[in-house]
Amino acid sequence: MDADSLLLSLELASGSGQGLSPDRRASLLTSLTLVKRDYRYDRVLFWGRILGLVADYYIAQGLSEDQLAPRKTLYSLNCMEWSLLPPATEEMAAQTAVVKGRFLGDPSHEYEHTELQKVNDGDKVFEEEVVVQIKEETRLVSIIDQIDNAVAVVPRGILFKTPFGPVHVNRTFEGLSLSEAKKLSSYFHFREPVELKNKTLLEKADLDPSLDFLDSLEHDIPKGSWSVQMERGHALVVLRSLLWPGLTFYHTPRTKNCGYIYVGTGEKNIDLPFML
Amino acid sequence: MENSTSLKQVKENQQTGEEGRPWEEMTEASSQDPEPSLSKTSESEPAQETGPQSRSSPPWSPPSRGSTPPDERTGPGAAPGPPPQEPSSTPPPLALARQDLEAPWQSDRTASVIPEAETPHSDPLEQSPDKGASTPYQTCPSKRNGFQQPQRTKGHLYGPKDVNWNNAEQKKLRFDIFQETDSNSQDDPGEAEPAAWEAAPSMTETAIQSAKAYLLQTSSKSGLNLYDHLSNMLSKILDERPENAVDIIENISQDVKMAHFSKKLDTLQNENEMLPTYEIAEKQKALFLQGNLEGADQELEDEIAENSLPNVMESAFYFDQAGVGLGTDETYRIYLALKQLTDTHPIQRCRFWGKIFGLEMNYIVAEVEFREGEDEEEVEEEDVIEQRDNGDSEGEEGDEDELPRSSYQAPQVIPREESRTGANKYVYFVCNEPGRPWVKLPPVTPAQIVIARKIKKFFTGQLDHPIVSYPIFPGNESNYLRAQIARISAGTHVSPLGFYQFGEEEGEEEQEVEGRREYFEENPDFEGIQVIDLVESLSNWVHHVQHILPQGRCNWFNPIQKIEEEEEEDDEEKEEEKEEPDYIEEVGPPLLTPISEDLEIQNIPPWTTRLSSNVIPQYAIAILRSNLWPGAYAFCNGKKFENLYIGWGHKYSPDSYTPPVPPPVCQEYPRGPEITEMDDPSVEEEQAFRAAQEAAALPDEEDEETEEDEDEEEDYD
Repeated sequence: MDADSLLLSLELASGSGQGLSPDRRASLLTSLTLVKRDYRYDRVLFWGRILGLVADYYIAQGLSEDQLAPRKTLYSLNCMEWSLLPPATEEMAAQTAVVKGRFLGDPSHEYEHTELQKVNDGDKVFEEEVVVQIKEETRLVSIIDQIDNAVAVVPRGILFKTPFGPVHVNRTFEGLSLSEAKKLSSYFHFREPVELKNKTLLEKADLDPSLDFLDSLEHDIPKGSWSVQMERGHALVVLRSLLWPGLTFYHTPRTKNCGYIYVGTGEKNIDLPFML
Repeated sequence: MENSTSLKQVKENQQTGEEGRPWEEMTEASSQDPEPSLSKTSESEPAQETGPQSRSSPPWSPPSRGSTPPDERTGPGAAPGPPPQEPSSTPPPLALARQDLEAPWQSDRTASVIPEAETPHSDPLEQSPDKGASTPYQTCPSKRNGFQQPQRTKGHLYGPKDVNWNNAEQKKLRFDIFQETDSNSQDDPGEAEPAAWEAAPSMTETAIQSAKAYLLQTSSKSGLNLYDHLSNMLSKILDERPENAVDIIENISQDVKMAHFSKKLDTLQNENEMLPTYEIAEKQKALFLQGNLEGADQELEDEIAENSLPNVMESAFYFDQAGVGLGTDETYRIYLALKQLTDTHPIQRCRFWGKIFGLEMNYIVAEVEFREGEDEEEVEEEDVIEQRDNGDSEGEEGDEDELPRSSYQAPQVIPREESRTGANKYVYFVCNEPGRPWVKLPPVTPAQIVIARKIKKFFTGQLDHPIVSYPIFPGNESNYLRAQIARISAGTHVSPLGFYQFGEEEGEEEQEVEGRREYFEENPDFEGIQVIDLVESLSNWVHHVQHILPQGRCNWFNPIQKIEEEEEEDDEEKEEEKEEPDYIEEVGPPLLTPISEDLEIQNIPPWTTRLSSNVIPQYAIAILRSNLWPGAYAFCNGKKFENLYIGWGHKYSPDSYTPPVPPPVCQEYPRGPEITEMDDPSVEEEQAFRAAQEAAALPDEEDEETEEDEDEEEDYD
C-alpha cells in the first residue's frame, strides 16, 4: 500500500483483521515520509509486517521511477528507525530454505542448522555434522523476496510500459470495472514477468503490449491459490493469497485505490493442496 | 508510365462492373489528373510553398510509381472492399474540390494535413501538398493494394461508414507506409509486393484490427465512439475548413459533441439495474432502521436486550489499540447485526466471537447463550436417526440365519454433550455479511471434533458445502465450522486471573442472573490486575473454557460402562469386547488453568504478550496473541478483557500437514484347527473301513458309498 495514502489503505484492508494500532499508524506516517526523503525514493510502499514471537518486523519498500526496477526493502522494529536490507540472492534463498518455524523478532538471532557434509579425507569419505548458522536478517530478506515474487499484486492497467522501457504508474487508470474486478485475469504479479515469455504467439496476440506486460494471476499454480471476494456490499474487492496466508490485496472498483499488505508469520502454506 | 498504368487500371476497374464505377472516377482522377499535377507541384512548390514540402518533394516520383502499379494488380481484389464504400458521398466532392480548388487551397491544406500524416515518410507528405484533404484517398489505393486483407475485412465491417473509412485510413497510415517504402525500394514493386505482404502480416493486421475495435467501443454514457467522433470532427473540419484547425481542435471536438443528437430509443424492457451493491445496501438499511421499528412500549424487553448485547464498539476500540480488528464501519455493522440477533431471539448473553475467512464468503460468528428453557428446540434429532440406522442394519443381518454375521462393531459412538455443557455450552450463529440472516450452527459431536483435528480444509463460505477429506468428516461445512469454533474457543479463550472463580457449590450449575457459568462465576471482588503483570507473566491469564479431551468431549464419557450394559444382553460379544484396548480415562487441564502451563509447539511458546504502546506504558493495555491459533487475540486493560478470533480457522504447526495414515489392515483369521481340514480319506483307509463294516453291511449301502467315492474323485480332477 502506498505510504502516502496509508490511512485509507489500512481502512480498506481492515476486513482481514490486519490493522495497525494508532501509534504505529502515526509513527509510520511520519517515518515513511522521512524515508522517502532520505533515500530519494520515488514512491514508498508500506509492505506489511511479519509477526515475530518477540517483536514484529515492519517492512517498507522504496520504488524508483521505474516501477519494476529492483525494490529496496527496509525494516523496522519500532516503526521509526528504518534499516536497509541487502538485496536477496538465490544463495540466500537456498540457505534459508532449511529454516522452518516462526520468526523471532531479533534480526541478529542465529538459527542453527546441522547439516551432514561429506568430507573427503584421503580415500575415505566421512559424513560430518556441520552446524550452519543462519542469521534471521538473511531469512527475512529471503522471505520478503519470495513473497514479493509470488504474490505481490497490481490491478491490470495501473502500470504501463513506456516506449523507452521503464514501467510507470498510469495516471489515467480509473480502476477496474465491477465485472473485471471479480476476475483473476485482471490482476498481475508485481514483478518482472517470467511466464510471459513462455506464452504462445496465439496467446500473446490478444494482449495489449503497453498494459499486458506482466504475468497474470490466473495462471498461478496451484489453481485456486487466490480467494477473490467482494466486501462491503460489493464496494471492495479483496484478494487473499492462500499460498502465503496473510497477504491481502484490496481494490475499490472504479477508483485508483488499490494495494497489498502482508501481515503474517512469513511462512508459506505448503498444505494448500490438502486444504482446497 | 503513369498514364499507362492508369489506363490498365481503368480497364480493370471496368471489369469490376457497376460497383467499380464511382471508384473508377476516383482512380482516374487520382492517377491521371493529380499525378501530372504532382510533378508540376513538386517543381513549383519550392517556389510557392514552405520548407518541409520542398525538402520532401524530390523523392516523390518513385513512390508514385510504386503506388500506382499495385492498383493495377490488385484492383479487382480491392474492389469488393473500398469501392462500394466510396461511391455515396465523399469521393466525388473531394475529387471535384481537388480539381477545382487545387491551386488556391494548397497552402491551407498542407497546413492542416501535415500533422495528420506521418512525417518521417515522404510520400504522404508529398501527396498532401497538392491534394490536401484528399490525402487519405490518394494514398489509399496504393495502401489498399498492399494491404489487401485488412482492407477487405474493414470494407466488410465498416463499409457503410464512408467517412469513417477515411479516418481509418489515416490510422493505418503508419503501417501502410512501411510497406510502401518497402515496395518503393524495389524496382518492380508490382510483383515483389504480394510476397512481402503475405509473408509479413498477421501481427500488424491484428494490431490494426484491435486498435480499430478499441476505437469503435461505444461509450455507455453518450452512445458515441471515438471512431465516429473523430470522423465527424474531420468531416466538419473538411467541410468548414477553418484556419489553424490544429489550434481549435478541442473546440471543434466540443462542438461536434454538442451538435450530436441521438434519439433515446424507447426499449420495452425496464432497465432495472440490480447491482449486488444495492441489494446488500438494502439489507443493511434494515439494520440501521431496526431501532425505530420497534415500539417504544417494549421498554422491558429492550432492557433485556440491552443486557444481552455486548459492547462491541468498546472492545473494538481496545482491539484497535492492539492493531487487530475489522475497521470501524464493519465493526459497527456487525454490532447492529448482533443487535438484530438479540432482538429476534431469546438470548441471554451474546458475544462477538470473531470472523473466519472463507474462499468465497466469510463467516461472522456470534456466540450466544439462550435464556433458560428456550433453546431446546431440535434436541437430539441426530441421535435418534443414528440409532435408527444402527437398528436397521442389525435387523437386516438378523434375517440371514445360517451365515456368520459380521463381528465388526463400529467404534463406540460417543454421545455429544448436552447443550449448555462442555463443548456445546454456547450456541453459535453465523452470517456471511452483516445484514444477511443469521444461521444457527448445529451442536458439535465428539466425532466431528476428533475428525476435524485430523483434517485441514479451507472454508468456502457456504454452510451446506460438503467437506471432502480423507478421514470422512461426518457432516458438511456447518459442522466443520462448529467443530473448529469449539476447538478455537477451548484453546484461546482466556481471562485474567481472578476474574472468574469457582462457584461455591462446586460441580453444580451456579444460577445467577448475570454471568451464569457452569462451574464458575464472575468474581465480584475482582480488583483488576496490573497491565504490566499481565504482560510479564503468562500465569496471570487463565483458560475459562473447558479443555477438549482427545475423545472430543470436555467431560469424560466412559465408553466401557456402556459396553458393560450391553454385555448383559449379549454374552457372546463379551469376550471380544474385553480384548479391546482399555480406555484410559482422559484428563485434561482443569478449568481456570493458567496459560503458562500450555504445551509448547516445538520450542515455540504458545502465547505472545505485548504492551499496546511502548511510548505511553501507563495507559497501555495488555495484548495476548495465540501462536497456536494464529488470529486469536485477547486484551485486558486491567479490569476488562475480551477475546477475538479473526483468521482462517486453522491451527498452526511448524511442520507441514500430514494426512493421517491409512487404518491398519485387518488381520486374517489365524490358521488353526477350525480353518484347516483333514486330508481326504485315502483308498486304503476306506477299504479298511469298508472291510470293517462289511461284516455287518447290507448290500445296498455299499452301492451308495461307491457312488460317493466317485463324486469325490471327480472333484479332484
